[in-house]
Amino acid sequence: MMPELGQLGLIIALFLALLQAFVPLYGVFRADVRYQLFARPIAYVQSLFVAFSFAVLAHAFLVNDFSVVYVAENSNSHLPLFYRFAAVWGAHEGSILLWILVLSIWTSAFAYCSRAIPQDVVARVLAILGLLSVGFLLFILATSNPFLRLLPQSPVDGRDLNPMLQDIGLIIHPPLLYLGYVGFSVAFAFAIAALMAGRLDAAWAKWSRPWTLLAWSFLTAGITLGSWWAYRVLGWGGWWFWDPVENASFMPWLSATALLHSLIVSEKRGALKAWTVLLAIVTFSLSLLGTFLVRSGVLVSVHAFAIDPARGNYILKFLAIVIGGSLTLYAIRINKVVSDVSIRAFSRESFLLINNIFLSVACATVVLGTLYPLLLDVFQLGKISVGPPYFNRVFVPIVLLLALFMGLGPLSRWYASDKRQLLRYGSLVLSLSVLAVLLGFIYKHNFNWQVLLGLSAAFYILLATLNDLHLRRLKKLTISQAQWGMYLAHCGVAIAMIGVALTSAYHDDKDVLLHPGDKAEVAGYSFEYVGEQDVKGPNYSSAQATFLLKKDQQLIATLKPEKRFYSVQEIAMTHAAIDVNLFRDVYIALGNPMQQSAWTVRLYVKPFVRWIWFGGILIVFGGLLAAFDKRLRVKLKVQHESMA
Amino acid sequence: MMKPARRQRLQMILLLLVCISVAVGLILYALQQNINLFVTPTELVTQPQPLHRSLKLGGMVALGSVVRLADGVSVEFTLTDYHHSVRVHYRGILPDLFREGQGIVTQGELVAKDDFRAEMVLAKHDNNYRPKVLQKLIQQVNAT
Amino acid sequence: MNRWLSLVPLLIFILLAIMLWCGLSLDPSKLPSSLINKDLPHFHAQQLLQPSQSIDERDFKQHVTILNVWATWCATCWGEHSVWMALSQQTSAQLIGLDYKDNRDFALQWLQTRGDPFTNIIDDRDGRIGMELGVYGTPETFIIDKQAKIRYKLAGPLTEAIWQQQLRPLISRLERE
Repeated sequence: MMPELGQLGLIIALFLALLQAFVPLYGVFRADVRYQLFARPIAYVQSLFVAFSFAVLAHAFLVNDFSVVYVAENSNSHLPLFYRFAAVWGAHEGSILLWILVLSIWTSAFAYCSRAIPQDVVARVLAILGLLSVGFLLFILATSNPFLRLLPQSPVDGRDLNPMLQDIGLIIHPPLLYLGYVGFSVAFAFAIAALMAGRLDAAWAKWSRPWTLLAWSFLTAGITLGSWWAYRVLGWGGWWFWDPVENASFMPWLSATALLHSLIVSEKRGALKAWTVLLAIVTFSLSLLGTFLVRSGVLVSVHAFAIDPARGNYILKFLAIVIGGSLTLYAIRINKVVSDVSIRAFSRESFLLINNIFLSVACATVVLGTLYPLLLDVFQLGKISVGPPYFNRVFVPIVLLLALFMGLGPLSRWYASDKRQLLRYGSLVLSLSVLAVLLGFIYKHNFNWQVLLGLSAAFYILLATLNDLHLRRLKKLTISQAQWGMYLAHCGVAIAMIGVALTSAYHDDKDVLLHPGDKAEVAGYSFEYVGEQDVKGPNYSSAQATFLLKKDQQLIATLKPEKRFYSVQEIAMTHAAIDVNLFRDVYIALGNPMQQSAWTVRLYVKPFVRWIWFGGILIVFGGLLAAFDKRLRVKLKVQHESMA
Repeated sequence: MMKPARRQRLQMILLLLVCISVAVGLILYALQQNINLFVTPTELVTQPQPLHRSLKLGGMVALGSVVRLADGVSVEFTLTDYHHSVRVHYRGILPDLFREGQGIVTQGELVAKDDFRAEMVLAKHDNNYRPKVLQKLIQQVNAT
Repeated sequence: MNRWLSLVPLLIFILLAIMLWCGLSLDPSKLPSSLINKDLPHFHAQQLLQPSQSIDERDFKQHVTILNVWATWCATCWGEHSVWMALSQQTSAQLIGLDYKDNRDFALQWLQTRGDPFTNIIDDRDGRIGMELGVYGTPETFIIDKQAKIRYKLAGPLTEAIWQQQLRPLISRLERE
């Protein structure tokens, strides 16, 4: 009975979403506040029904209701409780439901926190969010029903969750990612609402900034976590693969980062508004594209569409309507809402514009590299793949240029800055940081071009940021919470860059065959293979090897990498053992078993790899700090003014 | 008052266009240099490929063809699409899903005709492929 | 703000959308076979299970036939195979397989472990018959009427919807003809 109720909940939510979309719009059209006021309560109730359906599906997983096809496909009675809950979003149907749930959370949060925003704006924004809900609810009900049942012949046990997803990282990763993706729907809805209303003032940028910041922070957290998960679970010690799945989340991140910065210009100077609106639309479009690229299976094969044409067609049409529709609206209306504001060179706004250009180009390179093979495949022009060399070669120079302006940007002033002073200052900081790195090379005797560039850029950002902070305090200028956020995030970028540069240049690895008692040496560390034993897990059996990690004859750690065999799906998984500290990771992964307890083993030493994720965390906190800046919270006074 | 602003805007747009076209040019160049062509053993044998160029080669690991070399971490195996076969040499750890009779993709380069050196071996568990609709159908039929 | 500039994003999107749309409709599964309503081409081949015996187009007369093109190297066929196992007991049409560009030993092993739903199997080792049938890839399925005329072609795996909506009605109509 329960699963049917869950489905019913979705159907009711669909009707409510329709009401949420059209009643407030009617109110706006008729300039009737009563209909506009209707938006909030409907949004809350709609969210409740979605939450109910989600709870029902989660319940089906927790009680092992294998009569539900989706549960049978993605869970198993031996799966630990923890993972059974995470299995809710382990495959297509459930992740779409999670998407809808997250959308309703954002909708409710917006409805709740928007009391100070004029009623007609709220009505429009909620109506647009409602339309998006309608699109997704129709999608799930028509093509991806997670509550489908196999009755009366229901299987005794399920096919288990894909072992790769059985990890703490993957429990939190999709929800965070979706909180980010879907969060951009609020900025998107603001942009569309402004276009519809034909009114685009500085207040608009101010309203959408905290929402964009919040969503961006979640997305950053999601990407960071995804990278960490890939490093731990996919086995082979890489932290970023330029894989289409990763790119799918990186594309909206880049354009959202551009959006954040141009929103500031629109708020403070009323400039770049057309560009900001476009970025809001593009960011959300890329989020949609990302969700569907990953979830529809197109990345594995373009012909995934042919296997399930209903789903593919719906996705294509939905994307066409949302993206095409908003871009059409943009083309028609944008000229009416934008006024000319001139921007001078060497002002903060010009630096932010340059930052936007670089970020957009970076985003375009990723989009191109990701979609190009797909396009070729679609046209049957051959199968190719675009590998990391392309991305590294194109992306790294752009990031270095971006870093140059990241240092100068915060130092510049609105309207116009002193050009000479800025340049002199910039070159001073730059030469200091290059010098520092060169000294480091002399001390360590290991010169490397990439490290020189990467570290100098990182030091340059750090120095410039910290110095700006120092100057502001000297001058007794107040530093707002949003500014603190900026400093933190910029330092985070620099720290992540340090990690990237040092890991890429100085990591060391070795593939060796080890018998019990054998030793191997990598980067000054000695690895001694003691032996293996069998271990039994709840839904897997495992061969566990024991290694003694030593440096200078001193025992540092005992590491126990495993090779796990998941019996239901008949998949073997490599479970690496990692010894962590702030300056390096030592990483052991079991390869293939040989005779007499021998294993082929991959040994790594990865200096500074933690810094990448630590930088990511700093960026997240910076974003959150800025998102919750009180100055960005609209005061009730504004409302009175605009209503008067 | 309007005119200088207009002119400045125009200059800005022109500058932007120049930047973007240079960027696009560079990107396309990089793309040309760094794509990996995906080939089958038949294509590799019948249409000679230049040596030392990064390629992706996909096929089945021929049954009984995997040989482990003396150093313990190098392997050789035959990749086949049942028309032609290529001997592949790989040094390193094989993925968990690597098995004889399994479809895999390798990335590497030809160092001589018939000698493919792989740097990376990827196995996809496509034997798990079972469209859901079909499964349901089976179950329905089994039930009747 | 220049009027034309604001159209650029939309134009780029439309261009992309048109390209994608065309590309996806180029999908081989949508291409009609030029052989539809034509006679099955002449062929003469070994039977897979009994290589000493032959099979040719005359074996298609008097029955409505489902001709399924498969191969052991085709991952999609592995999924489809179990459907044929189930359907072979359900349908009155004769189910003939065409083992396309395959290795006989693998095929036999496959049939032994997974079961053999087919009344008969054409061994098309070199893919010549497949070529004459205009086979793009595997799996493909043809419906052939009692006069050995091709009436229908499906590229890609069989799904429940296609079976219920297209194949089953067509077969029962052809049976009555």
